[in-house]
Amino acid sequence: MEPATVLTERQGQIHRKGPAPFAMECNKDSLAGAVSQRACVFCGSRVVLYPIADAVHLVHGPIGCAVYTWDIRGALSSGPELHRLSFSTDLQEIDVIFGGEQKLYKALIELIDRHHPKAAFVYSTCIVGIIGDDLEAVCKKVSAEKSIPVLPVQSEGFKGNKREGYTAACKAMARLVGTGDISGISKYSINILGDFNLAGEIWLIRDYFNRIGIEVVANITGDGRIDDIRRAHGASLNVVQCSGSTMDLARMMEKEYGIPSLRVSYFGVEDMAESLYEVARFFKVPAIMKKAREVVREELQTLLPELNRYKKALTGKKAAIYVGGAFKAFSLVKAFRLLGMDVVMVGSQTGTEEDYEELRQITDDGTIIVDDSNPLELSSFLKEKNVDIFVGGVKERPIAYKLGVAFCDHNHERKEMLAGFQGMLNFAREVHGSVMSPVWGFVPRRENAND
Amino acid sequence: MTKMPHYTSTTNACKLCKPIGASLAFRGIEGCVPFLHGSQGCATYMRRYIISHFNEPIDIASSSLGEKHAVYGGGANLKLGLRNVIKKYRPLLIGVATTCLTETIGDDVKMILNEYRQEFGGDADHPEIVSVSTPSYSGTHMEGFHAAVRAVVEQMSEGGEKNAVINLLPGFVSAADLRYLKDLFADLGCALTMLPDYSDTLDGQALNDYPLIPEGGTPLAAIRKMGCSRATLELGRTLPDITAGTSLRDRDDVPLHRLGLPIGIRETDRFLAAIHEITGIAIPARHEQSRGRLVDAMVDGHKYIFGKRAVIFGEEDLVVGLTSFLAEIGIQPVLCATGGKSGNFAKAVSAVLAGTKCDMPEVHEEVDFYDIEERAKELRIDLLIGHSKGYAFARREKIPLVRVGFPIHDRMGGQRILHLGYHGAQMLFDTITNTIIAKKQDDSDVGYSYM
Repeated sequence: MEPATVLTERQGQIHRKGPAPFAMECNKDSLAGAVSQRACVFCGSRVVLYPIADAVHLVHGPIGCAVYTWDIRGALSSGPELHRLSFSTDLQEIDVIFGGEQKLYKALIELIDRHHPKAAFVYSTCIVGIIGDDLEAVCKKVSAEKSIPVLPVQSEGFKGNKREGYTAACKAMARLVGTGDISGISKYSINILGDFNLAGEIWLIRDYFNRIGIEVVANITGDGRIDDIRRAHGASLNVVQCSGSTMDLARMMEKEYGIPSLRVSYFGVEDMAESLYEVARFFKVPAIMKKAREVVREELQTLLPELNRYKKALTGKKAAIYVGGAFKAFSLVKAFRLLGMDVVMVGSQTGTEEDYEELRQITDDGTIIVDDSNPLELSSFLKEKNVDIFVGGVKERPIAYKLGVAFCDHNHERKEMLAGFQGMLNFAREVHGSVMSPVWGFVPRRENAND
Repeated sequence: MTKMPHYTSTTNACKLCKPIGASLAFRGIEGCVPFLHGSQGCATYMRRYIISHFNEPIDIASSSLGEKHAVYGGGANLKLGLRNVIKKYRPLLIGVATTCLTETIGDDVKMILNEYRQEFGGDADHPEIVSVSTPSYSGTHMEGFHAAVRAVVEQMSEGGEKNAVINLLPGFVSAADLRYLKDLFADLGCALTMLPDYSDTLDGQALNDYPLIPEGGTPLAAIRKMGCSRATLELGRTLPDITAGTSLRDRDDVPLHRLGLPIGIRETDRFLAAIHEITGIAIPARHEQSRGRLVDAMVDGHKYIFGKRAVIFGEEDLVVGLTSFLAEIGIQPVLCATGGKSGNFAKAVSAVLAGTKCDMPEVHEEVDFYDIEERAKELRIDLLIGHSKGYAFARREKIPLVRVGFPIHDRMGGQRILHLGYHGAQMLFDTITNTIIAKKQDDSDVGYSYM
């Protein structure tokens, strides 16, 4: 019997765009044994809160959860760098038997005394959910003793997928919002949600907003600070990027403080420009819109001629995309189009029905659209479509490389700035630098093609 | 000895969790898919961690437990996951390792697997399944690695008529090290069963197709006959009391020779002498010549490194071997540190230093990088030797880091670092000496272009 690349249970999560009716099964639990590329609830919480640089992030659990998330994001800080340390209670058998609350308490006191953070996040892991440590109570006690917020993050790994982790992170942050002084905040102010300052991206985005006369109150969470988040309710608008990793917080803030939100993306020229225009439109001030147009014009003036050089080389090349959240995939589809490239496969770990419908609308016929995929499926798609470049994260990289396919890292580990106008140019460079490398001439895939 | 302060919290752990060790060991067996019984995150995190070192695909399946499984038991999902892995991968063997979640909810994996075998065992293409208990709250990745090797031997090998094969249990060494050991036995013309062997599966060639399971690994047929071998060589001076080697000895009367990792001259001498003693085969001249060249090089370079003070950290057996080598070349190991707690570490360091003029360094088990750094600051050191997670410390203190072992996440080719044998010592010597020369050159106002 031939091995099954696609398991029967997974067929509803894979579509080829065409005349057939489109209904994507998604937001399902990962299938046992399918080797999903997804992580867990803890991972979702950890990546969202990770860039908050002046807080202690203590992982309450056995050592693995902390050690695999040590310094994994390319999230930069302009000041403190507490987020780059990996704190754990390193639970041992005896703690599992007798409970880890005492150890957690001591660890918290020790770390707070040592680092004087502005707050502490305490992440729950699988095992804590089972042994039933009362995180809430320990955090409350330490908070009272140390006079800083100590926030439990209910991120037991097995309680869903990354999405539930996003929610848990947002719930923890929601406890901070509303506790700071908001005097002096401009009417024309926003919070940036869902940018994690990879390679310094949020500094670029903040600069654009400053140039059009908008004050940024809080970065959530790139280069994030506890005190900024505490006064985030003073902003007039939440500008949310990313597929829902911080959308829950925006919803909570809308309900609690009546702050509306916009969904934007900073990837690609079109989406970046539209983000500025949308914010300008929201404030209904002609001067802001005028400045937004100026910023876009200035940036494009230098950008487009350079981009065109890359476009020349890359036109007609085929790209495949597999990312965590679908929102990034929308922008990538457009960005590749700007470079003259064809997207022949696109997928995400955690897209929703609406996300996949949007992907269907913006892709060409024949494009493979996939939810919660795995190495065997992805590799078969790369081969089927004879892809030139694959965009994904670290776990996707060896799939591409093993098959002799170029790769662009667009995940949170990356060290290249890919957002904003400048980021689009970097993206083109990244893609070009991989696709045009002479090494592909030696891989079996191309050697055979040349026979 | 107890100069190291003891903290409750762990900061930047110097160890990994148990199931990752088991996964790595399983990956070194022919046709084997590692399978973690737990929540999806564990498998994904470990894959990411392993990929970042080896730059190779590694599919680790998961039973992807959710909340209801945590309450009602994960048996059904384990069985479903096994079926799906069999459908997709057609494995010859599935190596099931537990996680802290499934250990704590009390899943009886042995019983579940027995049920599974009764339900599906009759199928023609049914693979073998071995299982190992690897709760992350008890032991490090090294205990997981050794436990997996032991489980494979105990559950698969059989006794029988003796043959001339040597069993070699190398421990967790690099792909290059494994290739060295295989080459050595090939040179000797001595039949070898080395378990595990991921020299191909985690350091493979460029391919045209994504391998379901990469070729290579210890052949199953050879594992089954390990009880018939002439002798077992088991490498490591800090091993647990009961291992694959002791099981083969006690169950099948296979004589066991436990030796340190052959790092540096004396440990390699001992290793080769043991092989000679067991097999009666003379060590080929080629290896004697490598030893001669190594000694010659050590003479050439000795002045640049004499009296330098080094901190060595990482897995216990690797640290022990490196300490032994440093003593041979005139570098003073001042601190040997590990996150493990075998209880044998100090004894082993002392044993390999016997007969040298080297002072006994401080030796610490169960420490993290916070402890190492705090202690090392008082020890006036010139050099760090260990895996890439020591980089943060090296950078802060402006001390060069010589990268060895696992993981190497910030350089190419970690899997190709050779540590073992005279050849490995030669590479280590050149790297260490050049690192010290480069530091002096870079720091110098003059910048001499001769040494």
